[in-house]
Amino acid sequence: MAADSLGVYIHIPFCVRKCAYCSFYSSPADETVRQAYTEALCRDILSYGGRGLGCDTVYFGGGTPTALESGQLIKILEVVKTAFDMDSDAEVTLEANPDSAAPEKLEALRAAGFNRISFGVQSLDDRELSALGRLHDSKKAIVAVKNARAAGFENISCDMMLGIPHQDTASMLATARGLTGLGISHISAYMLSVEEGTPFFEQGIEVDDDRLADMYLALCEQLGSEGFEHYEISNFAKQNRRSRHNMRYWQDREYLGLGCRAHSFFEDRRFFCDEDIKTYISSVSHRLTVSEEHPDRLEEYILLGLRTSDGISFERLKELGADEERLQRIRECAVMLESHGLCRFSGSGFSLTEKGFLSSNSVIAQLELC
Amino acid sequence: MDKSKIRNFCIIAHIDHGKSTLADRILELTETVALRDMENQLLDNMDIERERGITIKARAVRLNYHADDGQDYVFNLIDTPGHVDFNYEVSRSLAACEGAILIVDASQGIEAQTLANTYLAIEHDLEVLPVVNKIDLPGADPDRACNEIENVIGIPAMDAPRISAKMGVNIREVLERIITDIPSPKGDDEAPLKALIFDSYYDPYKGVIIYCRVKEGHLKAGDTIRLMATGAEFQTVEVGFMGATDLIPVGELHAGEVGYIAASIKDIGDTRVGDTVTNAEFPCEEALPGYKKVNPMVYSGIYPADGAKYPDLRDALEKLLLNDASLSFEPETSVALGFGFRCGFLGLLHMEIIQERLEREYNLDLITTAPSVIYKVNLTDGSTVFIDNPTNYPEPALIAGAEEPVVNAHIYTPPEFVGNIMELCQDRRGTFKDMKYLDENRVDLHYILPLNEIVYDFFDALKSRTRGYASFDYELKGYEPSKLVKLDVLLNGETVDALSFIVHVDKAYARGRKIVERLKENIPRQLFEVPVQAAIGGKIIARETIKALRKDVLAKCYGGDITRKKKLLEKQKEGKKRMRQLGSVSVPQEAFMSVLKLDE
Repeated sequence: MAADSLGVYIHIPFCVRKCAYCSFYSSPADETVRQAYTEALCRDILSYGGRGLGCDTVYFGGGTPTALESGQLIKILEVVKTAFDMDSDAEVTLEANPDSAAPEKLEALRAAGFNRISFGVQSLDDRELSALGRLHDSKKAIVAVKNARAAGFENISCDMMLGIPHQDTASMLATARGLTGLGISHISAYMLSVEEGTPFFEQGIEVDDDRLADMYLALCEQLGSEGFEHYEISNFAKQNRRSRHNMRYWQDREYLGLGCRAHSFFEDRRFFCDEDIKTYISSVSHRLTVSEEHPDRLEEYILLGLRTSDGISFERLKELGADEERLQRIRECAVMLESHGLCRFSGSGFSLTEKGFLSSNSVIAQLELC
Repeated sequence: MDKSKIRNFCIIAHIDHGKSTLADRILELTETVALRDMENQLLDNMDIERERGITIKARAVRLNYHADDGQDYVFNLIDTPGHVDFNYEVSRSLAACEGAILIVDASQGIEAQTLANTYLAIEHDLEVLPVVNKIDLPGADPDRACNEIENVIGIPAMDAPRISAKMGVNIREVLERIITDIPSPKGDDEAPLKALIFDSYYDPYKGVIIYCRVKEGHLKAGDTIRLMATGAEFQTVEVGFMGATDLIPVGELHAGEVGYIAASIKDIGDTRVGDTVTNAEFPCEEALPGYKKVNPMVYSGIYPADGAKYPDLRDALEKLLLNDASLSFEPETSVALGFGFRCGFLGLLHMEIIQERLEREYNLDLITTAPSVIYKVNLTDGSTVFIDNPTNYPEPALIAGAEEPVVNAHIYTPPEFVGNIMELCQDRRGTFKDMKYLDENRVDLHYILPLNEIVYDFFDALKSRTRGYASFDYELKGYEPSKLVKLDVLLNGETVDALSFIVHVDKAYARGRKIVERLKENIPRQLFEVPVQAAIGGKIIARETIKALRKDVLAKCYGGDITRKKKLLEKQKEGKKRMRQLGSVSVPQEAFMSVLKLDE
């Protein structure tokens, strides 16, 4: 297999405040810890140096990466460039919170090579934002996007959320229109899921699936009419503005996750760093937990490929080891799904429709059982 | 040993009237079981029996008793099932005994099933020794119970021992009365061997263990025995007695004794309960009269939830058959459920017990179909067919007339529940025959009921309408013409063969309605809308719709954590695998089970 360049994911596990729906690993921390973590992260990154590994996407995710100072973020990016052979047109994404995105900070980061920014806006309705426990209001969010543009970011993405308490289809569509009106090129729309251990779970907040489904389809229609391509279950992009880093996940390509609790798919293994912040800072070599060795590429191709509008091709299924009999069963299943409006055939394969995306768990399970 | 010192007896009692407790007290008093081995209700050694407080399988135990006359006696206590479904097992236990202890609850009096079993004992020429139990209860009225025994059964009972098995009161009196009232066995030790098989089970080390009552002759290890029904011959490896906790090998078994035979018998099909064992070299001329063979009355399809477990299910059924000759089964194939067995049972409880034993003792996960009785269908060409599987019910155009089995049912109840019971029987298409007062507190209600109306959930309905006070017994009366139809269930427009059943035309609509409602509740949403219909012939009589699944998606992929998604997917795939795929509809096991008890 020809050496593919990597995607590098950098995990910044800090948050100023934890949101009411979040079950992800993050914690508030003082400046000393943040600096120590930055240094540990740099050491971790450098340990991959000298191996001639290429990299064409870098993604700073969290937590809240902008909880770090711009100098710290820039330092980390410099170290990534040292350790990896980075493409000149690499996509370098930074997740940011609207409330930690001052103009000077954004300018410095842009100048240092960050070229894509993804804001966790979630909603432009203040009542919904406070229900989520976000620190920003809608005004701050709009200002943050404008500042990013002023700082030279052309590739701006915003996250929005469906199923927020108090939200209805109208307010959700108002958020979508508000965001597209700012001229952004990418939207990630996630449906709220109430996870155990979160305040939402404790409060007994429930999300009605039928209502969510209606909202989702309404959003798809709205964004489609504004020229956004619905290229993945939760992602919409203007032309050529798909998230190249996230596409790696769906295309089953390799990525290295660095930082505590970051996940990797590298050298035919899926693993993650199973350490908390304190341990991560103090360890010389990190404890990596392998979650999967030699994952079944055929099953992954179906699972991941069908999340995208590119879908899956019969040719590729065959390359990955599906025999004629299985191909035939998959084809028959797809024909059945098509008759219910859940998938559509292209010349070489098939992909899920938006209705199919909505029930993709069951659809994919059924196809994988073929 | 001296036959005059042997007593072979069984105990007849209604559920909860204290049979197992009395047996335990007898075991204690004869010091058959060391105290440390003593567990409550020792004789019932299956989990299900203990939980339900009933005895399903006949078991036997040998006891030594030092009597008041200074002599030592040997008692063989042979356990009997109390329930109406198990007449067959009762009769095989009775055939091994000379006497029966009839236990009657001093507060409740005689129950319907007790009566049936007592008549069976009298038919077998057994001496019946009545015992009035639970005299310690506040509501106990021993005089009334004795009167009832004399009036209803017609045997003298005023001098019946009055005991409390629970408190251990007057147990010794029962033991003494066993010696004086129950005759000792007869038989000639030197005659050719004649031994009656009344139970057997498979032991992984010794092969089949036969429990038998030696009627004539004697038997020792090394003898070659012949099983007269099959003609199969085996060399005896070991003979002995049944201790309360262990088998006790002994040199010889003689006429009048109860014991076991181990002869390295591998094929469970060779030993049939009711068969006669004889000596191959000095055979007896003719076999003992076999038991009255009872035929299954209720049939149901049993399928493994996981199709790959079919051979396991077959093995399990074969093993159960060894201990339960009243069970019958043959392979059956269903479009919906794949490979399974059509099983015949004596009644509904028998069916439930077999299913539970398959699940518990053999670790099988089962899908069963609605119980069916045997319908007699007269065809237009003049021939007659018997149908025990709704799938095989002929097309309406070919049917000249149909008949269904009906039973004579006796329900014993306190008078205040008569109204409720009559309503229930009416609802179950019953015909009232008569009503008799056994005494001022108990009524015998006699109804003719179609068997297919009681195989579903009649027991449960009766219990809930009488707060558990009524008891019930029935016997097959014969066949009567009936307006029957076959009701089909369609999922997504396709008939599901395993869900079809035969029903009286007047009840078809209501039952069809209930079934589609149940299925709607128990089949999860699918990727598309699924109509659930009930139909007679081609005509739809009820319909529900299972709505399409709208949202089932894991939206976010946190920092490339694909594993989480894959775990979810694996779980989902496992769930789907456990379901039956009917066309493009996935149906869980619970959906099939949900239609079995519709009146809950």
